[in-house]
Amino acid sequence: MTIWNLLIREILHRKLNFALAVLSVMVASGSLIGSVTLLRIHDIQTGKLLEQKQAELEQRMAQLQDDTRKAMLKLGFNIVILPKDQNLSDWYAEDYASKYMPEDYADRLAKSGVVTVRHLLPSLQQKIEWPERKRKIILVGARGEVPELHKSPVKPLVQPVPPGTISLGYELHRSLGIKVGETVELMGRQFKVQACHKERGNKDDITAWIYLPEAQELLDKPGLINAILALECLCIGEEGLPLIRREIEAKLPNTQVIERGSEAIARAEARIKVEEQARASIRQEKDARENLRAVRERLASILMPVVVTACAVWVAILGFTNVLARREEIGILRAIGVCSRHVIVMFMSRHVLLGVLGGALGFVAGVLAAVYFSAAREGTQIRMADMDLSWAGLLLVSVGGAAALAAIAGWIPTIMAVRQDPADVLGNDN
Amino acid sequence: MLEFKSVSKWFNGVHGRVAALKGISFSVRPGELLAVRGPSGCGKTTLLLTAGGLLRPSDGRIGLDGQDPYALSPEMRSRLRARMIGFVFQQFHLIPYLTVRQNIMTASLAVPLKEASERARQLISRFGLEERAEHVPAKLSTGERQRTALARALLNEPKIILADEPTGNLDEDNAQTVFGYLGQYVSDGGCVLLVTHDARAAAHATRSLQMNNGQLI
Repeated sequence: MTIWNLLIREILHRKLNFALAVLSVMVASGSLIGSVTLLRIHDIQTGKLLEQKQAELEQRMAQLQDDTRKAMLKLGFNIVILPKDQNLSDWYAEDYASKYMPEDYADRLAKSGVVTVRHLLPSLQQKIEWPERKRKIILVGARGEVPELHKSPVKPLVQPVPPGTISLGYELHRSLGIKVGETVELMGRQFKVQACHKERGNKDDITAWIYLPEAQELLDKPGLINAILALECLCIGEEGLPLIRREIEAKLPNTQVIERGSEAIARAEARIKVEEQARASIRQEKDARENLRAVRERLASILMPVVVTACAVWVAILGFTNVLARREEIGILRAIGVCSRHVIVMFMSRHVLLGVLGGALGFVAGVLAAVYFSAAREGTQIRMADMDLSWAGLLLVSVGGAAALAAIAGWIPTIMAVRQDPADVLGNDN
Repeated sequence: MLEFKSVSKWFNGVHGRVAALKGISFSVRPGELLAVRGPSGCGKTTLLLTAGGLLRPSDGRIGLDGQDPYALSPEMRSRLRARMIGFVFQQFHLIPYLTVRQNIMTASLAVPLKEASERARQLISRFGLEERAEHVPAKLSTGERQRTALARALLNEPKIILADEPTGNLDEDNAQTVFGYLGQYVSDGGCVLLVTHDARAAAHATRSLQMNNGQLI
């Protein structure tokens, strides 16, 4: 018979007391390991989410980049060809030229063999008072694209305004209550409304487009235009604009070329905006995850000491009840010569054993609970192998910590057992 | 073997000091079964526990095989008890979750003996407990329980057995059996200090002392 035999048989005899103590230690240990695992899963999940968002952003950005590149390739520069003597300050202020050039400039340019310029749109623009409607408008005469016979045919970008028709900007048709199909009178001439444009938020909203020869007639500028709009000018790199300027000015010496706000720039700005928003969204996600982690960490830091203390107290209470239940046994063992050291070993071993068992079970329960909770609550699919945790170290901490906790909780009951006077028990026989 | 010299023991109670033993002197020698008889509450158990090194006397001296157990450290006193004394109590004090064999073997916890297992087997046989060897105390009769307690007391071959009302819970037959075993132990050279209020004990004792109110009469 050894102390260990006695220990095992006593545990088997008082299963409930031992099981409750193991359960208690398991709860303490499981809470600790569960918290650690949960926080680790949270970190991994955060990493995964951010990686996924980053990948999505990169994919989106790559797509946008590609779109922009294509747009740039297709759109090129949009340029405006103005008479050479046009004061640019006036043009910028009025948005139309006060000087004129012959309409056939557009044809000359189209036939000149210049390959960098595509889609030529000659126009005559002037700010006028619409006498019939008492409204200031910008009247634009357009005739559509000038064909470039030396190039392969391309689909016209801007459709011409047919003779006898008028297209109206948003502010004009909205405020005047004009609808497509109606006939309006402009400067004594009847025009059928061919199109009512959507709101653009610029001067187009107070613009009326008519067929160029009709505009020339109304404005008394026969055969004259004051701008040629060239869309989708082919360009390569930063040298694109100077090259176009040189080519055009060589063919049309009495003109000047300026770049017009390109849609590509807007696209690039949009792309940057989208990227900024996406990055802000990632930052927000990261901040939210960090906040959630901080909340969980704070909760764990408050709950853990409470749980551990409660479990330790419970283990100590069970230890006291065990000592009380074994008073007679302790008395007779002391009477037959079992020394206090053996009694300490007997009781402390019991506590260390229940601590080890509770710690090991708590480790398993904590990890499984954390994985299950994460999967059920947040839909995470994280395997233990992915967690990059030292499982052996964590198991050691769990088992060692639980054994220490149980030993500390069992110390006072053990001392109580050792100090128990056998004469108190054995002397009560009669 | 056991000698009491003017041993007194008193307890401090709510009503002041209560004397349980008052200047007791006697001795027990090998081959002697000394019965100390007296009514309940006269101090018999206090006398026995004091003799067994479990209750320090307030005054006087005790000699156990020439040594004063209370002059030793608690650890040494435990060892002395394990080597020299066997206890038998009225309530048996068997460990409930151990079998008869294991209960007998508990005496080897304090003094590990190589031959403890063989000796336990012999004692089981000698006390007629073979059929009950693997039973827990709850399954035993009172006589079997007391025989188990007696076997446990004898495992370490003690020089003295201190018995506190060993037949108090037994019927006539079982009481006779217990007295028979104690008598045999004494004839083998052991000595027994038996405290009891049972008048039958006197018939089996080599010497008898009467105790009353903490004093030997």
